[in-house]
Amino acid sequence: MLVILKRSAIVAVVAALLAVPFVPHIIYPIFVMKVMCFALFACAYNLLLGHTGIVSFGHAAFFGTAAYVTGYAMRELGLPPEIGIAAGVIGSAVLGAAIGALAIRRQGIYLAMITLALAQLVYFAFLQAEFTGAEDGMQEIPRGVLFGLIDLRSDFNLFYVVMAFIGAGMWLVYRIVNSPFGEVLRAIREHEPRARSLGYAIEKYKILAFALSAGLSGLAGSLKCIVFQLAALTDVHWHMSGEVILMTLLGGMSTVFGPAIGAILVSALHHYFDALGAWVTIVIGLIFIFCVLVFRRGVAGQLHHMLQEQRPSAAPAGRRNVKEGQHAQV
Amino acid sequence: MEIFGVPLQAFLGQIILGLVNGAFYAVLSLGLAIIFGLLRIVNFAHGAFFMAGAFVAFILGRQLSLGYWPSLLVAPVVVGLFGVLFERLFLRRIYGLDPIYGLLLTFGLVLVIEGGFRVAFGSSGHPFPTPPELRGVWNLGFMILPVYRAFVIGVAIVVCLATWLIIEKTRVGAYLRAATERPDITRAFGINVPLLLTLTYGAGVGLAAFAGVLAAPIQHVYPSMGSDLVIVVFAIVVIGGLGSIMGSAVTSLGLGVIEGLTKVYYSQASTTVVFLVMALVLLLRPAGLFGREET
Repeated sequence: MLVILKRSAIVAVVAALLAVPFVPHIIYPIFVMKVMCFALFACAYNLLLGHTGIVSFGHAAFFGTAAYVTGYAMRELGLPPEIGIAAGVIGSAVLGAAIGALAIRRQGIYLAMITLALAQLVYFAFLQAEFTGAEDGMQEIPRGVLFGLIDLRSDFNLFYVVMAFIGAGMWLVYRIVNSPFGEVLRAIREHEPRARSLGYAIEKYKILAFALSAGLSGLAGSLKCIVFQLAALTDVHWHMSGEVILMTLLGGMSTVFGPAIGAILVSALHHYFDALGAWVTIVIGLIFIFCVLVFRRGVAGQLHHMLQEQRPSAAPAGRRNVKEGQHAQV
Repeated sequence: MEIFGVPLQAFLGQIILGLVNGAFYAVLSLGLAIIFGLLRIVNFAHGAFFMAGAFVAFILGRQLSLGYWPSLLVAPVVVGLFGVLFERLFLRRIYGLDPIYGLLLTFGLVLVIEGGFRVAFGSSGHPFPTPPELRGVWNLGFMILPVYRAFVIGVAIVVCLATWLIIEKTRVGAYLRAATERPDITRAFGINVPLLLTLTYGAGVGLAAFAGVLAAPIQHVYPSMGSDLVIVVFAIVVIGGLGSIMGSAVTSLGLGVIEGLTKVYYSQASTTVVFLVMALVLLLRPAGLFGREET
């Protein structure tokens, strides 16, 4: 029952998205593209937070680096979008492996502080680099023509291209979580010494998880860069790192696609209440506090929990992880 | 006279500036270390409380025309009381959980506090006058030393020593150390550990606010003045470890000086040098300079 419900939800979302470019007077397609980018960003982030139990406080570095790399490749080098995106993804995956390799030398709270500090290092590097335009950001990045066939200057074309890329990214996240590799990550999350004693090279797994999460975050950043034709310091700022954590927490970190719900909610808050200025920051802070105090399951986690409770055969609370190991996660 | 091609005055000036920054790092990392030791919570809001201290002093000066010296006492108390309230109402509820939730909860608080001050005062900086007694400079012959900077360094050292004495030599300090090691047993001896947690958080937060008031005449007072600082302090904490008070104070001052020297020789890297040092330490000595590994 639950599986059917989730499948139909996904089908409904895809159908709704396909319709968006035809109804620009109801919902702004550019905004929907932005939401899709953040949805992938949050789900990619959750590979570390929810599925490996690693709290990175520096994911803006990966998101923003990909945006800058893509922008540089397309504006300064005049490369086509497919190369720009590939460069952005590879760039942030390599950065993810490097930052991950340093950060996993410590654990828990220290790891969070290390990623935050290293992301700040990346921030200052971009602030001072010449091609980034510092506070002005990298503007007027051309969208180009994908594979020499699809003209991305049309919002209509761009929408479906972005949707395809995001869909592929989401599918990859799903595949990673529900693979033997994903099982090992969960084993590390639940009991690291035991996973080590079973012969898994924990460090390699963690670094690979970092690289995958960073690369997929980078895909989101590259696409965002092409949509807005802009790579800016806000993309690498620690506020962004905090925001992706909030999206993930709010959406539900025990699920695969839950963080996307968080991304929709947080983006909508920014989009529709932008005029309120700093009040939005206050509200986001309050939501953060609320989530940590009483809503740690997140929207999707809570829904899942409620649906599970209705079934008589539901496993007792506290055995969540055993259950997760048995079913494909959605 | 020149040192490696840099005039002595500029060289020493940057070292003093580095020590001033190091002094702020020291007072902040001290508070972080005490709070983390007892509460197992990394207080992301430490920078926000630093900023709040500066703003409260600024408001006291403007609305009540309270002078610098009373503000230096009143502002930390006001902010400390807010910290006590926050601990009682919110922080207390997550003690049993993974420490990461503490980081996230206090991060939310940062957004609320910063957003609040931004709504009330805008994003730009407000000038804060140096107290008349501490204006002017001392001419030491080989360099010109602004009095206020010397004052800040001196006060920070006194504060660090006093905190160390309180923790190592007094009865309250003994309770604190006992509760840090084994809260359950300390409680069994009839010591009110929850109260101790509240007071510790209040004191740590008050220290941050105190540093904020100290910083106000040097920097301008603006809502994001604390958050960039706290990230540097986090890096310092990673380098020095949260275990030792003296360790974190020494690391802070040392890194302040390194930052100052970087400004002299390669100013582009002065904002990033602390993070680079952190990366280097992680490569060479993963547990940190004074590290007992804690998770």
